[in-house]
Amino acid sequence: MKLTLKIWRQKDEHSKGKFESYQLDEVSPNSSFLEMLDQLNERLINDKKEPVVFDHDCREGICGTCSLYINGQPHGPDRGVTTCQLHMRRFKDGDTIHIEPWRAKSFPVIKDLMVDRSAFDRIMSAGGFISVNTSGNTQDANNIPINKEDADKAFDAAACIGCGACVAACKNASAMLFVSAKVSQFALLPQGQPESKQRALNMVRQHDKEGFGNCSNTGACEAECPKEISLENIARLNREYIGASLTTDA
Amino acid sequence: MSLSGLFLISFLLVHLGVNITMIWSKDLFNAASHFMETNWIIQSMQWILAIGFIVHIVYGIILTIQNRRARGVQYAVKKGGSAPLSSRTMIHSGILILLFILLHLRDFLVPMKLGLVDDNYELVAAKFSNPVFVIIYIVAFILLGLHLSHGFQSAFQSSGAAHSKYTPIIKGLGKAYFLLMSLGFTAIAVVMYFRSLT
Repeated sequence: MKLTLKIWRQKDEHSKGKFESYQLDEVSPNSSFLEMLDQLNERLINDKKEPVVFDHDCREGICGTCSLYINGQPHGPDRGVTTCQLHMRRFKDGDTIHIEPWRAKSFPVIKDLMVDRSAFDRIMSAGGFISVNTSGNTQDANNIPINKEDADKAFDAAACIGCGACVAACKNASAMLFVSAKVSQFALLPQGQPESKQRALNMVRQHDKEGFGNCSNTGACEAECPKEISLENIARLNREYIGASLTTDA
Repeated sequence: MSLSGLFLISFLLVHLGVNITMIWSKDLFNAASHFMETNWIIQSMQWILAIGFIVHIVYGIILTIQNRRARGVQYAVKKGGSAPLSSRTMIHSGILILLFILLHLRDFLVPMKLGLVDDNYELVAAKFSNPVFVIIYIVAFILLGLHLSHGFQSAFQSSGAAHSKYTPIIKGLGKAYFLLMSLGFTAIAVVMYFRSLT
């Protein structure tokens, strides 16, 4: 396959970025999108040029590290997959592919296509956990009966890999789908109950503090999420948040 | 947004309920509008309604500004379609509807409040004899439908009301509601125009 790549190059957070064009002539349709970028980078290194910086780790769709806004869509044109699971056979010979970083004020560009997603870590620190006594006599979680429907929903929410595609896709750069998945996975289980009110309040507060936008229920996040996290979680977060706001002490 | 929106949604239903009477009878409409003008509950609700509009508009503008800021640098290439058009254009349809409301208040509420009108039906009939006026109103009703088609179900989602059993019903009601509003108000405008020709 012959491809023209238009890739966003940016030296650091404060520099002005721009698109640069690259031609690749021998791309295998069986290679993954990241392998195609590896191929470009090898050539750039051989030519003593600066390789394109992009995030990647497990390359099997479970770590949430890869990103990339490909031809106007987070993780490219396929539904329910991450960029590392996207294959070049999805494109046609002679295609021009635009590759941009996630665009959000809360995800500043570190270099080229790599953005700083530590805002998500700070949201998690604000409440995305349960406090468990690990003194050696911790109760086995399976001892508590949980209805199958709730267990399944909690598991679906827990499938969120925190990649940030929801923020990238949302016209408001809102991270509500991420926050709602992290709140829901605990809200549906008994282990999450003791801290449920503070969790919802603190995580939403941190989300707003980080400068993410507001949810206007367009559904773009759900459509573009590689783990197909449902909008139902956002409604659950809203319920948790409204309930907690009305019932916690000032 | 959702609470003020739901309040305005209930107001529109009352508004259409009163206006639709003019299709059947001049006297019925005049009686209904006389009731609206003299009933103390309705008259005091007017002020709450005005506050509802202001909250909805001001809050909508603040949220839009926050949301635009949250993006920062815009994408060079953006493929739409992952979200419906109505949901992506709420601020645009909202501002156009606001302009329409200002026009609408000038045309009807101001002369009625100033006591310049003896017969409300005749005022409406006179206004809707102008085809340009009718077209402006119909365009506004289409925009209103677009705004409501997202707003209705979004208001429920924002207040946390989502359930696999009830969400399809809410979405169905939302469709029925926006069609009723758009088609209902349009029908009144069209009927009044054709009536003016005879």
